[in-house]
Amino acid sequence: MDRIPILRMGEFLLVTIQVDMHDQLALTLQDDLTAQITRTGARGVLIDISSLDVVDSFIGRMLGSIASMARLMNAETVVVGMQPSVAITLVELGLTLHGIRTALNVEKGMALLRAGAARRSRA
Amino acid sequence: MAVNLIHLPRILERHGEALLADWIREQLQSRSRTGAIKEGELREQCAEFLRLFREATTKGGVDMTRPEYGPLRELLANVSASRGAQGFSPSETAKFVFSFKRPLFMRLREELMRDPVALADETWAATELLDELGLYTTEVYQKAREAVIVRQQEEMLELSTPVVKLWDGILALPMIGTLDSNRTQVVMETLLEKIVETGSEVAIIDITGVPTVDTLVAQHLMKTVAAARLMGAECIISGIRPAIAQTIVHLAIDLGTVVTKANLADAFKAALDKLGVAQLPGR
Repeated sequence: MDRIPILRMGEFLLVTIQVDMHDQLALTLQDDLTAQITRTGARGVLIDISSLDVVDSFIGRMLGSIASMARLMNAETVVVGMQPSVAITLVELGLTLHGIRTALNVEKGMALLRAGAARRSRA
Repeated sequence: MAVNLIHLPRILERHGEALLADWIREQLQSRSRTGAIKEGELREQCAEFLRLFREATTKGGVDMTRPEYGPLRELLANVSASRGAQGFSPSETAKFVFSFKRPLFMRLREELMRDPVALADETWAATELLDELGLYTTEVYQKAREAVIVRQQEEMLELSTPVVKLWDGILALPMIGTLDSNRTQVVMETLLEKIVETGSEVAIIDITGVPTVDTLVAQHLMKTVAAARLMGAECIISGIRPAIAQTIVHLAIDLGTVVTKANLADAFKAALDKLGVAQLPGR
């Protein structure tokens, strides 16, 4: 598999990472995702990493930069389902991913995105 | 050491019963903790020791590292362990072996009165052997104690990190005792695993039982909070005592955006508010 599928759910995009992330895959995902945001006019991106057991600093940084890029394109990013071991690794690496929103599972992440979208449309 | 025990096994063979009686009398007289060990048990241990000692010296000479000494070493290990458990001191445990010297040397002297050279040699070999056996009991005693300490440390580690569920979606972690890197690791792992398991969005870390907070402890706390946040749960730190609040400010520790509360009740209320749980008015 050389591409991670990006699913569209209403005005949000859903990315489920189920394979080991290597650097090239991460960069491809970054390209695809930004392209998709423009094409669909998505307001939010949900990245599910619950089946990811190992991360390195590159993947950690990549998640951060995806969030920053999405924000520039008016879409919010929520990372959901991070495993305890992954969280500990990222903290030990000094990557606390400021500016990324997190949730325990896809359901809660979706609720977070919807609440954010509702708030913004009201404003 | 080339000295071989020629007479000793023979003496043990011939005067076994008398030696046993003398030895037990010796121990009963000299022991400081009277009644700590039953006489029957002592008699059993002594008889067993004598039997194995005789076998070992007959076949294995004076080198206690040889396999012939295996059963004897095992017996001494058992005796040492059981005495350690009964509250004997290491020297009292070692005396079990050392007290055997006097009755044994008495017999040697009686037997070898005619041959001073043989007497001296035999006594020297026997005393060296018994010293080694005595030291062996001390070593085993020490090891048993160390095992107890290690086990207690592990138990303490497990005991001191309970994660309790306060409400649907709210976990609490009451921390007691000093936080070091080792413990923080365990605390962090148990908390994060529990968050996944229960799907809780808020975790309250209560540090009422933590005696001091220094920069290191604060850093550990921040790491735990950051890891929980990465997983999508929020942490509230509660139980900040006045002294701890002062220390944190004096040390200029930056707790960043972490929500802190003075006590667990306030933290619980904040957590309920965050989850949007309606509360009864006028508490």
